[in-house]
Amino acid sequence: MRKQTILVAAAAVALAAAASAQQAPRGLDPYMPFVVPPQGNTPEAAWPVPPGLPALPARLGLGNPATAEEIAGWDISVRADGHNLPKGRGTVAEGEELYVAHCASCHGDFGEGVDRWPALIGGRGTLATDAPRRTIGSYWPYAPVVFDYIRRAMPYAAPQSLTTDEYYAITAYVLHLNELLPADATLDQDSIKTIRMPNRDGFILEARPDTPNEACMQNCRKGRPVRVTMDSRQFVPPGSGSGFSEPQ
Amino acid sequence: MSMGDSRSSRRHLLRATTGAAAVAALAAATGRSASARSAANQENLPPNLPEWGRALGPGVIEEPYGTPSPHEAHVVRRYVPWLTADRQASVSFTPLADLHGIITPNGLCFERHHGGYPDVPPADWRLMIHGLVERPLVFTLEDLMRMPSQSRIYFLECPANGGMEWRGAQMSGVQFTHGMIHCCEWTGVSLRTVLAETGLKPNASWALVEGGDASHLTRSLPIAKLLDDAMLAWGQNGEMLRPQQGYPVRLVVPGWEGNVWIKWVRRIELGDRPWYHRQETRNYTDLMPDGKARQFTFVNEVNSVITYPCPEKPLTGKPGFVEIKGLAWSGLGRITRVDVSVDGGDTWRTAALQEPVLPKALTRFRIPWEWQEGTGPFYLQSRAIDETGRVQPTIEALRSVRGVESIYHKNAIHTWLVEKDGTTVNVQIDA
Repeated sequence: MRKQTILVAAAAVALAAAASAQQAPRGLDPYMPFVVPPQGNTPEAAWPVPPGLPALPARLGLGNPATAEEIAGWDISVRADGHNLPKGRGTVAEGEELYVAHCASCHGDFGEGVDRWPALIGGRGTLATDAPRRTIGSYWPYAPVVFDYIRRAMPYAAPQSLTTDEYYAITAYVLHLNELLPADATLDQDSIKTIRMPNRDGFILEARPDTPNEACMQNCRKGRPVRVTMDSRQFVPPGSGSGFSEPQ
Repeated sequence: MSMGDSRSSRRHLLRATTGAAAVAALAAATGRSASARSAANQENLPPNLPEWGRALGPGVIEEPYGTPSPHEAHVVRRYVPWLTADRQASVSFTPLADLHGIITPNGLCFERHHGGYPDVPPADWRLMIHGLVERPLVFTLEDLMRMPSQSRIYFLECPANGGMEWRGAQMSGVQFTHGMIHCCEWTGVSLRTVLAETGLKPNASWALVEGGDASHLTRSLPIAKLLDDAMLAWGQNGEMLRPQQGYPVRLVVPGWEGNVWIKWVRRIELGDRPWYHRQETRNYTDLMPDGKARQFTFVNEVNSVITYPCPEKPLTGKPGFVEIKGLAWSGLGRITRVDVSVDGGDTWRTAALQEPVLPKALTRFRIPWEWQEGTGPFYLQSRAIDETGRVQPTIEALRSVRGVESIYHKNAIHTWLVEKDGTTVNVQIDA
């Protein structure tokens, strides 16, 4: 990866770019002020602490110790590699019942999506086309994060209202809808880590700057007349008409 | 016209004493181009004594918290229903055409929620910081406000700003082409100061920041940025944050995409790698034509737009002097130059920058122009350059690298077509 090379071997280049921009620690790329591990853009490896971090100021003595119980109540984050997955289990069959009760009104009986609510299935093979569809099956790279998101934010109107086992069951059913789990499967804190999502390798790191720094001042069109490639009046008259200030 | 606009128009109609005033109010409420000059009530003009000078007005405390003049009722946030399934996971847009200077009034700042906005009693608000720290701590709002504070002016821009126009011009005006941005003075405490309380383990290289709203939105952020200029802010333009902006406390991440400015922040977990959560995989990743998506694309690059004239504020009245005005910004630092073209990018002149020119803040530019009615059409463009030397690209340059499906970080040079009668239209042109 180009950026890694810059970070590791050519700090001077990044330093020049960052020097006048007041960006954090000199030597870091202002677009990506972090160090990528040798394994690349992955949750499977620890990412090194960048050099040259500023020292922390003196302690003031404010704040109260967080108890283990307090942390356990709020620390719901599951990392992509499965770190902090809670113990629990649920089956695809249990998940189907829960899904119909809590999810289908927006996402459709089979995850196809209702109205403008997100579809959860389909879209595989579309990412490189001019009509990409980003679904759990086509785009989401990590199964533990599917669990994390469903638990932290769903059901939409009552987040975090179900049990851990119920969240495993719903996750199992959604993965089943995407043909990533058989109908008789059980999902738990260990098996969810073994699921390889189809778009696991679909993400790369930042690649900007990626356009030229050109600022022509005179005769820049070199005699070519202006050609309008799209005029918004074919959709809406000029003004405020695209939007509304009260619910529609 | 929206229902809201209709209602405010009716309010004006009831208040208006003459038909001419009603026409003026209607014109203001609809944002149409009829100028105040042509719609004025002759009875209020010289040599007559205007009606507001012939009677007492309301006294103090008529409004304990003041609101804008009723004649500015059209200056409001608007949303675009077809963009989202509901209003809880949705976005509204800042009315840029009607703003002056660089500060956005708190009530006009665009909103982006993923599960509606919560009502958080400040006495019940807590911030937990744990993970790879020496001392996991829970802070109250009072704890934070006792810390050494700072105030900074920064823009906040959704990376999807302009994202509806990768394929072409389709929105009616600047509120919708560029209105997912605002610029405020933020008051709070640097995250460096807060993290000094917990201490950091030597391997803490990333942090997960989590909101306390129904979406419990999370983003992974690298430690170098958090220790550089990130803040936990409670103040916005001199008052406490508005609920829609994260009351009582939000994260401020200068220059970086708005999604990482976590609102109603409740938890910061230090770790040794990113979490790859939903908002940094399914969303806020930039899909390229080859099917690969760029990830951790945090910076909002150099950008600008002309706000006068614009579709909401077309050219009207006496031909002659016009001051073209606009806004420029860069997530990498200060704006150093803005060039303006009226001929679709063939000839450029450098605009004046209004002080203060602050890093990672909106910067106002202006340039004089002689507009002759009946000439044209003109193709107005602005092109900003920042202190790192980045130049705002053409839409063709962006598309040639990124295609049309990356949604985020579209910072292309924008074009307004000014017709011979002054009508101003959102268009795209060839480069």
